[in-house]
Amino acid sequence: MAENKNSLGREITKGIIKENPTLVMLLGMCPTLAVTTQAKNGLGMGLATTFVLLGSNIVISALRKVIPDKVRIPAFIVIIASFVTLIGFLLEGFLPELYESLGIYLTLITVNCIIFGRAEMFASKNGVVASACDAIGMGIGFTMALFLMGSVREIIGAGQWMGMSIPVMHDNPMLLFIMPAGGFFTLGMIIAAVNKLSNKKPPQELGCKGCPHADTCGKSGGDCQ
Amino acid sequence: MKSMFVILLSAMLTDNFVLSKFMGICPFLGVSKKLDSATGMGLAVTFVMICATLVTYPIHHGILVPNDLEYFDTVVFILVIALFVQLVETMLKKCVPSLYKSLGVYLPLITTNCAVLGVTVLNIDNSYNFGESIINALGGGLGFMLALVIFSGVRKKLEYADIPETFKGVPSTLIAASIVSVSFMGFSGLFN
Repeated sequence: MAENKNSLGREITKGIIKENPTLVMLLGMCPTLAVTTQAKNGLGMGLATTFVLLGSNIVISALRKVIPDKVRIPAFIVIIASFVTLIGFLLEGFLPELYESLGIYLTLITVNCIIFGRAEMFASKNGVVASACDAIGMGIGFTMALFLMGSVREIIGAGQWMGMSIPVMHDNPMLLFIMPAGGFFTLGMIIAAVNKLSNKKPPQELGCKGCPHADTCGKSGGDCQ
Repeated sequence: MKSMFVILLSAMLTDNFVLSKFMGICPFLGVSKKLDSATGMGLAVTFVMICATLVTYPIHHGILVPNDLEYFDTVVFILVIALFVQLVETMLKKCVPSLYKSLGVYLPLITTNCAVLGVTVLNIDNSYNFGESIINALGGGLGFMLALVIFSGVRKKLEYADIPETFKGVPSTLIAASIVSVSFMGFSGLFN
């Protein structure tokens, strides 16, 4: 029993640091760059994604023996899209302000590779409880990465943090950081810092392991890295 | 006619899908190593974007709106795109093998490309009419290709650069993308 608990604990913690989906596995780049102009938006996007990930992981792992292998990709897509529609309704009803600021990127959670990758790599092979733990861990890791990105960009680019203005920074904000270019720059710097701190060789390629098409792609072209 | 032109150019340049809306970052970073693969991917995305718009626009306005089912947009659109990409792939394989050879590799990758779902949802959100939607999809696809082609040139130079160990690979690619994005900021304010 104790061993069982340990392994569930590991499912949760691995997503936070060792296999952080954004900073280590380099998945889900689009929302990471797009919504992190403010720390608050990053947090909201992270939590919304966590909700979808948790729901889809639970449903997919519960149905893993029912869904035929051949139609699993459309089946997964429909399950994920349903949860995205659900979170869209919830946010529109209870947090309309966040709903407005996330805009189209809320819909685009559907095609976030983290969710698809976890469904393919984990939920379709493991039990419900383990999949839920995996989703919580990955979700927390993703939320933390987005919150960090958002904080850096908001502090440098707007001179405030979560609505509080920061004395010296507020007078001369570097607008570039909340513009698209700043997103690429900040993410590059954070990934470099993570590499330096973890003393690891930097990843040369993108996280293809999680991509649902890794097989097709590797076989036919070898261009997708 | 003038508004069509504005939609085309703004989807291509000022609101470039990759560099200012951050859609389709995975292929942008993954397939931009070589010029020919960047061109192939760009053409395939443009093609699928236009076709997806051709299919999803009538579905939204013909089936979902009259039945008050707009909230099914996401589910229906992504399914239609997934089916459609499969269909296009099979058809190209049978009918136009030469085109399949150059685009076929990239087609399966496009299903989960957020730029394609993004363009169909944006067309609905901005309440474009049918013609405007298609122009928007064309502009979005061409803009995607432009960004990929330009960036493949930048990456070629980057391969020979002497980069500190920590920054090798993805970090340096992202920082280079940031500089390309700055150059696209020059287009902002083109239409006011």
